[in-house]
Amino acid sequence: MTDGPARITRDEVAHVARLARLHLTDAELELFTGQLAVILDHAADVATLDLEGVAPTAHAMAVTNVLRSDTPRPGLDRDEVLAAAPDVEDHRFRVPKLLGEAP
Amino acid sequence: MTDGWHLVIGLEVHCELRTETKLFCGCRNMFGDEPNTNVCPVCLGLPGSLPVLNQRAVELAMAIGTALHCDIRPSTFHRKNYFYPDQAKDYQISQYDEPINVDGWLELPDGFRVRIERAHMEEDTGKTTHAGASGRIHGADYSLVDYNRSGVPLVEIVSAPDLRDAAQARAYATELRAILVASGASDGKMEEGSMRVDANVSVRRSPDAPFGTRCEIKNLNSVRSLGRAIEYEAERQITLLEAGEAVEQQTRHWDETAGRTETLRSKEEAYDYRYFREPDLVPVVPDPEWKAAVADTLGLMPAQRRARLTELLGQGTDAVDGRRDQVATVVDLGLDDLVVEAAAAGVPVTLALARTANEAATDAEAARRLDLGAYVALLTMEAAGSLSATQSKAVLGELLAAGGGDPAVIARAKGFEAMSTDSLTATVAEAVAAEPDAWARYRDGEDKLAQVFVGRVMKATRGQANGKAVVAELQRLRG
Ligand SMILES: [Zn+2]
Repeated sequence: MTDGPARITRDEVAHVARLARLHLTDAELELFTGQLAVILDHAADVATLDLEGVAPTAHAMAVTNVLRSDTPRPGLDRDEVLAAAPDVEDHRFRVPKLLGEAP
Repeated sequence: MTDGWHLVIGLEVHCELRTETKLFCGCRNMFGDEPNTNVCPVCLGLPGSLPVLNQRAVELAMAIGTALHCDIRPSTFHRKNYFYPDQAKDYQISQYDEPINVDGWLELPDGFRVRIERAHMEEDTGKTTHAGASGRIHGADYSLVDYNRSGVPLVEIVSAPDLRDAAQARAYATELRAILVASGASDGKMEEGSMRVDANVSVRRSPDAPFGTRCEIKNLNSVRSLGRAIEYEAERQITLLEAGEAVEQQTRHWDETAGRTETLRSKEEAYDYRYFREPDLVPVVPDPEWKAAVADTLGLMPAQRRARLTELLGQGTDAVDGRRDQVATVVDLGLDDLVVEAAAAGVPVTLALARTANEAATDAEAARRLDLGAYVALLTMEAAGSLSATQSKAVLGELLAAGGGDPAVIARAKGFEAMSTDSLTATVAEAVAAEPDAWARYRDGEDKLAQVFVGRVMKATRGQANGKAVVAELQRLRG
């Protein structure tokens, strides 16, 4: 653990929660700010190590080029897929009106 | 309007790759299928599903990198997080800080080189339709989503801000499309959305001044729209600056019907995508052998294809200069093999080029599927004078509609017979008799007046006569 300035502020947690569409109560914000700070502190411990010459790890497994052949496989039955949708029209998912264009 | 101002343009081009299946699942990559028939747990973002990368998509991305002279590098995937129903899992998998292709260039037909910053892989999103009176977002009551396109492999090609006017931007988009088609990576159909262009536009007072504030224009569905939108946007920015106002960094939407750009969102509303490494995918690391194998499959690029036709036309600059547009057209449409094959079979290159650029090009898709042997046979008949130009075009129309066939059989069915020599001689004589003044001048050496008689003969025969045979007969009469 380190004693420096806070790793993450309550405002930052609120911002990230909003981006993730999570509605947090004040008590939850308080709780998660503390918990996230502990996690960041733990990650910061790595920075105290001498990592000169160590390549960044891309993945927990040292594996590359995991590929599949470009061969079609049957997907899901449309009726089955649309049966799981809250609302359907013209064989499409019907969603509430959108505010703004796609990002 | 743009006097005293200089434009700076960079283009971002998304192209859908011509694979059988999607980027991370085995669903078919097929435009125009019934909605939501090519979907599975992966591309619907259902819990527990895992992406597996399509080897063919990687190889087509490498082919694009090779064609654009890029450095092909080890690359990784990230999640780009945002909430919008065009993708079901609330993030798009894209390459971020380690793209597969970097630092390339594209040479325009006039020799100008545009730097390519990167060409990376990502997945396409589903298609949303806004329901309601307007058909557009504003005023829509709700939206409908089809996920067939969700997960279709894309490569996004980002140019440096090296382009300086609308014409150059159009030339870049046209050449890039030809390269994508020639490399087999994409069908380049802007009208079907398989190639989509966004333009970053800014203006400045001098070519040495720092770049001005730029706006990004979206929804450019044709090369023509691209040019119009850039011109409109540059004028809009210049008007603001000349009035002493500032250009705000924005994303803007091109309205083709209204002919103007409109604000989509400002920089303040820019998304915070929280990119992070996609934990379900491992890095792609192409070794030299793999890169070489991909490079070997790459066909001739458009510049090489144009050079090949120019060479066939011969060294005479007149022959080449007057036909530059025809050469560009057949190469852009991927029809140059028709010309090369016909020329190899002995058809005059100028005839093969003209029929391909003027007639076959009107239905390029059918022409690309056309049986080469039938096309060569038809042009051979025309070159030999057994069919007039008009007849040959009519037979070609049938060949294109049917995808092939025997041109001789089609010609007979249409009642096209080469005019008998006697009948041609008589018709030419009638034309000469009808135009005594023109005949006198033609006899005195005004060769261009031959057109008067050819026109009369064509009219009399409803285009069935062979123009070359008519001229030969006129020359015989002139003695
Ligand atoms: Zn799928």
